[in-house]
Amino acid sequence: MSASITLATARRVLTQLRRDPRTVALLLVVPAVLLCLLRWLLTNQRANFDHIGAPVLAIFPFVLMVVVTSVATLRERTTGTLERLLTMPMHKLDLLLGYALAFGVVAVAQVGISVALAIGPLGLHIAGAGWLMFVIGVLDALLGMALGLFLSAFARTEFQAVQFMPAIVFPQLLLCGLLTPRASMDAALRAVSDVLPLTYAIDAMQRVTSSTAVGHRIGIDLTVVCATMVAALVLGAVTLRRRTR
Amino acid sequence: MSDAVVVRDLHVSRGGREILHGIDVVVGAGSITGLLGPSGSGKTTLLRCLVGVQIVAGGTVEVLGLRGGDVRLRRRVGYVTQAPSVYGDLTVTENLRYFAAVLGTSVSDVAKVLSDVGLGDHAHDVVNRLSGGEQARVSLATALLGKPELLVLDEPTVGLDPVLRRDLWRLFEQLAASGVTLIVSSHVMDEAQHCQRLLLLRDGRILAQGTPDELRQRTGVDDLDEVFLRLIEDEQGADA
Repeated sequence: MSASITLATARRVLTQLRRDPRTVALLLVVPAVLLCLLRWLLTNQRANFDHIGAPVLAIFPFVLMVVVTSVATLRERTTGTLERLLTMPMHKLDLLLGYALAFGVVAVAQVGISVALAIGPLGLHIAGAGWLMFVIGVLDALLGMALGLFLSAFARTEFQAVQFMPAIVFPQLLLCGLLTPRASMDAALRAVSDVLPLTYAIDAMQRVTSSTAVGHRIGIDLTVVCATMVAALVLGAVTLRRRTR
Repeated sequence: MSDAVVVRDLHVSRGGREILHGIDVVVGAGSITGLLGPSGSGKTTLLRCLVGVQIVAGGTVEVLGLRGGDVRLRRRVGYVTQAPSVYGDLTVTENLRYFAAVLGTSVSDVAKVLSDVGLGDHAHDVVNRLSGGEQARVSLATALLGKPELLVLDEPTVGLDPVLRRDLWRLFEQLAASGVTLIVSSHVMDEAQHCQRLLLLRDGRILAQGTPDELRQRTGVDDLDEVFLRLIEDEQGADA
């Protein structure tokens, strides 16, 4: 593996993004607009906004990253540039980490804007630290990115890649404990909820909102999120085949 | 002259159907070899075997003394696919700088390969805005980065105007003269005149190989299109 190839890849992906201002706008502005919408919707329900606002800060970046990265890497596969790169002295992880780095930069900007907006002008009350909320949000976005990279291996077209959004993301949204507290779920659903990574992302966000302590539960949550992210990246590397049929 | 490529009894299957049925090919270093045959004859599959991106069912592929697809070949072999495989949303220079970084070659190489393929004027144009032929040349320029010893080119001159085609063949001849081995596929027989050796591929089998003159003598006709037809007829005659 080579740091210079990874960095060159990250720079290349960011240059491609810069050429596409509409995607950048979607990535940065959409979560902020949705937060404002949510605040407006819950104008007279402060408590509800405080309850939903934090999880939403985890969900929006996660969902957007899944979609954007799965389509971006799928394009790399279908245009032949992936095959070309793999005939060059490039390690598969160089490519994936390059993507991770580039989208990590985007995630920092995206989550930074959303968190600042939420606890600033929109007045989201959180008991814990704002910076911790930011860190959790960035990790969630990176989790979405890693899953998107991995999922792109299973899509042949961009249509299919976009369909992964409802297939992979919605079940996690339903079972993450936002709609119904996890404690009141059917045992089977609870068990499924236990193995879905977004559950831990949401749990971490909820704990930041309700408690000042950086408890060890948040540590466990973030460990699960990071471990899933690394696993998805490694699996993503496995799905990149130098030799194909 | 040592051999750049040695292929022995190569079999390739795709989707349960055999595409290449036992190919034997030897390509000498520092030469231009034309891989000619109709569309669907297995040209691209054979080239993919040489660069090591094709799963092989049987046989051996040796490239520059190493097994095809060996890690050490990744700096020494340049590959141009039929469809231009470059980033459409980047400029020509951005593309080449990125691939140069991956190959670890110097930035000065970028300007050189750009002028080699005659794209100096388009250095800062976004690739998507270029014509198909220009995009193909960006893809070719990428393969020239880092001075590869073997260039595998899949139909590099399709859709180019005659002047550009002539210029590219001149470039290929210069490269061969400097010791680079080129394997160039085409489905147009008049490209054959530029090649020192020809491989005629049909239905996943090598129909004939040799210099253009050898093939002309063997068939007793002058026109290379006619040569191909005669060889097919001879084979069918032999089968019957």
